[in-house]
Amino acid sequence: MTPGAGLHLKTFFLLLIMVVFGPLGDVLLSKGMKNLGEIPNWSPAELAHLFVDVFTSGMIWLGILSLIGFFIAYTLVLSWADYSFVQPASSFSYAVVALLGHFALGEKIAPLRWVGILVICCGVLIVGHTPPRTTEEAAESHMHAAAEQITPERSS
Amino acid sequence: MIAEIILIFGIVVIGTGGEICLTRAMKTIGEVHDFRPRALLNVFGRAMRVGWMWLALLLMAAGFFSLLGMLSLENVSFVVPVTALSYVVGAYGGAIFLGEKVTRQRWLGVLLVCVGVTMVWKGRG
Repeated sequence: MTPGAGLHLKTFFLLLIMVVFGPLGDVLLSKGMKNLGEIPNWSPAELAHLFVDVFTSGMIWLGILSLIGFFIAYTLVLSWADYSFVQPASSFSYAVVALLGHFALGEKIAPLRWVGILVICCGVLIVGHTPPRTTEEAAESHMHAAAEQITPERSS
Repeated sequence: MIAEIILIFGIVVIGTGGEICLTRAMKTIGEVHDFRPRALLNVFGRAMRVGWMWLALLLMAAGFFSLLGMLSLENVSFVVPVTALSYVVGAYGGAIFLGEKVTRQRWLGVLLVCVGVTMVWKGRG
């Protein structure tokens, strides 16, 4: 398939969905959990009660739905785009989470934390820019091994 | 503090462990070429018969509940950046359990993630 303008647009659109819906899901989960209040103690009965609360919270279901949206976009885009392209692009989601946390939930973010988030984005970008398949050399040595195996068979 | 460290461990180590199991399960199934609904259903059916897949689901569920627990204790702008530590576990796990070669550049990225997480940790409150 030739990478035409349509494919670029499709890729960009799905990346946008990923970068918006992933962080949005996390923020909604956060809001939902905060609404339930603090976990008073970690006894099994209390946790069972919390479990029911979690799965009857509309906010948490919205969060899960949003994360499913993210996951579908992620899976789809990986069916044609390189992982090494998708993963660094998704590193922006760390910044989006911080922005959403700050503006939608009113979280106070210290300057050092902003810098830290930026450094994490850079780190993820670098991780993603490495070749996604490191078995090429291994494959080559397999081929050599196969060639060596074939040669004696031919000579025999 | 102890609860938070346990929960971070749950998100980062157990959750990533689940993803490593998932990768292992999907690799036994082989590359998916056909994306038509029926073929995908077939892949899904085969995936459910792989033991690694069940372990993956179990671990990933534990990771998800750890995330929920952590989000009830801390701000999302703290929790999510810290979960980037999964790149560290992923690099080690990929190298040890999946036999992936981790390049020097990837280790550099992983190191940067660690530095960033430390800054996020220091810059809280």
